[in-house]
Amino acid sequence: MKRFVYADNAATTPVSKTVLEAMLPFYTEKYGNPSSLYSVGRDAKKILEEARENIARHLGALPNEIFFTSGGSEADNWAIKGIAYELGKKGKKHIITSKFEHHAVLHTVQALAKDGFEVTYLDVYENGIVKPEDVENAIREDTALVTIMYANNEIGTIQPITEIGTICKNHGILFHTDAVQAVGNIRINVKDENIDMLSLSGHKLHAPKGIGALYVRRGVRLPNLIAGGAQERGKRAGTENVASIVALSVALDEAYANLEERNARLIRMRDRLIKGAATIERSRLNGDPIKRLPGNFNMCFEGIEGESLLLKLDFAGICGSSGSACTSGSLDPSHVLLAIGLPHEIAHGSLRISFSDQNTEEDVDYILEVLPNIVSYLREMSPLWDEIMSKNV
Amino acid sequence: MAYSEKVMDHFANPRNVGELADANGVGEVGNSKCGDIMRMYIKVEDNIIKDVTFKTFGCGAAIATSSMATELIKGKSLDEALKLTNSAVMEALEGLPPVKVHCSVLAEQAIKATVADYYQRQGIDPTPFVGELCDCDHDHEHDHDEHGCSCGC
Repeated sequence: MKRFVYADNAATTPVSKTVLEAMLPFYTEKYGNPSSLYSVGRDAKKILEEARENIARHLGALPNEIFFTSGGSEADNWAIKGIAYELGKKGKKHIITSKFEHHAVLHTVQALAKDGFEVTYLDVYENGIVKPEDVENAIREDTALVTIMYANNEIGTIQPITEIGTICKNHGILFHTDAVQAVGNIRINVKDENIDMLSLSGHKLHAPKGIGALYVRRGVRLPNLIAGGAQERGKRAGTENVASIVALSVALDEAYANLEERNARLIRMRDRLIKGAATIERSRLNGDPIKRLPGNFNMCFEGIEGESLLLKLDFAGICGSSGSACTSGSLDPSHVLLAIGLPHEIAHGSLRISFSDQNTEEDVDYILEVLPNIVSYLREMSPLWDEIMSKNV
Repeated sequence: MAYSEKVMDHFANPRNVGELADANGVGEVGNSKCGDIMRMYIKVEDNIIKDVTFKTFGCGAAIATSSMATELIKGKSLDEALKLTNSAVMEALEGLPPVKVHCSVLAEQAIKATVADYYQRQGIDPTPFVGELCDCDHDHEHDHDEHGCSCGC
């Protein structure tokens, strides 16, 4: 029987009911501007600062180390460009990152490269994990910043953040991590892990779109982003998005309240999906099978193209995503899949399924019922599949 | 990016899919690196395309343009088939998103390659009819604008 299965939670998540209820009063009753003197303003300010404290607590940070942004991309841009230009003035014009960062990081460092910075892109190997020793070996006299994502958005692989953080600390180099996919799925403590700056986004964890935050360790001199009022300690002016900030705070409470139990369930679902889909011939799992986000499934099916696979899945009520050129909106398939060494023709046939706590075992059953038939159907009309099969004989 | 209803219809219910056992012309364009390959089969009798089928590896638009192209040339003379342009295929599909225009070019190229193969099998030089065929088997470093045949890769 046909179902609707939303399985693209790495793209975005629905706002949870608890979160929505918590944020709604801040549009209609508690609408005050936190900078205003009178009671509705003061109330809003109080709530805002409570949310900041709570968010800081979830990350092991101090409240004044949390700066609200419009989302993950803004946080990444701010952290990277801010530090690059600040330290660039002192001749530090080298940045270390990985080959498979989110475009919010990759395009930012590429823009800096055009502006005279030198960028080292670390290999992520076949399993999609950066080697800490590669970070250490890449560090130079003029290195300004290391920016390595916490968990990859396509293949879900979790990076050795504590090791990288420690190396950076020992060398006195700032370390930023794009933790958009990790926050809410992994317990994070910025102090224990020696993280100097961390980007996060609300809509990946059942808060609304348009809210994110940047953690900046006390002592890191990050230039101001938006000039104007005194909000965010003068670093990012503009009246605070109180409702969404409250939402982010509540969403983090929900995410971390039963994390271990939820992750155990998601890992069971994910591994069952991987095992089931692996029975499709000429399929392969992308990224490390264990060091990956609990809800992340990413596999390639040879001989087919990802966009047509997604359209057929959509007809069946399943929402997923792919790293094919057609879905990446560029001429090449996903840079992430190319970075782990997949040839173009195989990378075109990728499928990412990303579960959240709202998915069920029945969703896994349904995907496993539908997916093999779609793959067979598309292979039947694929001249590439004919070619693969003829070579196989 | 949104596909027209016509594109979705041809993707969901592609016409003339599969191999054609008694084909006397087979052509293939595109390459796996770019993410789309179209193979077309024709059965020609008395200069008329009596039957035509296709097999395509590619995105929704690639499958829909292949399907539409086969519909548009079925029953037509070889000359008429060769005159079919990518814009005519696009028009018949009620348009394609800009990034997918190359799929219609691929469909036009597939027809030409298939007809050329038919002529070759008949011992006739296809160049006067079909012109120079572009093989899309180039590398990605190539400057696409100067490539002449925008396969879009």
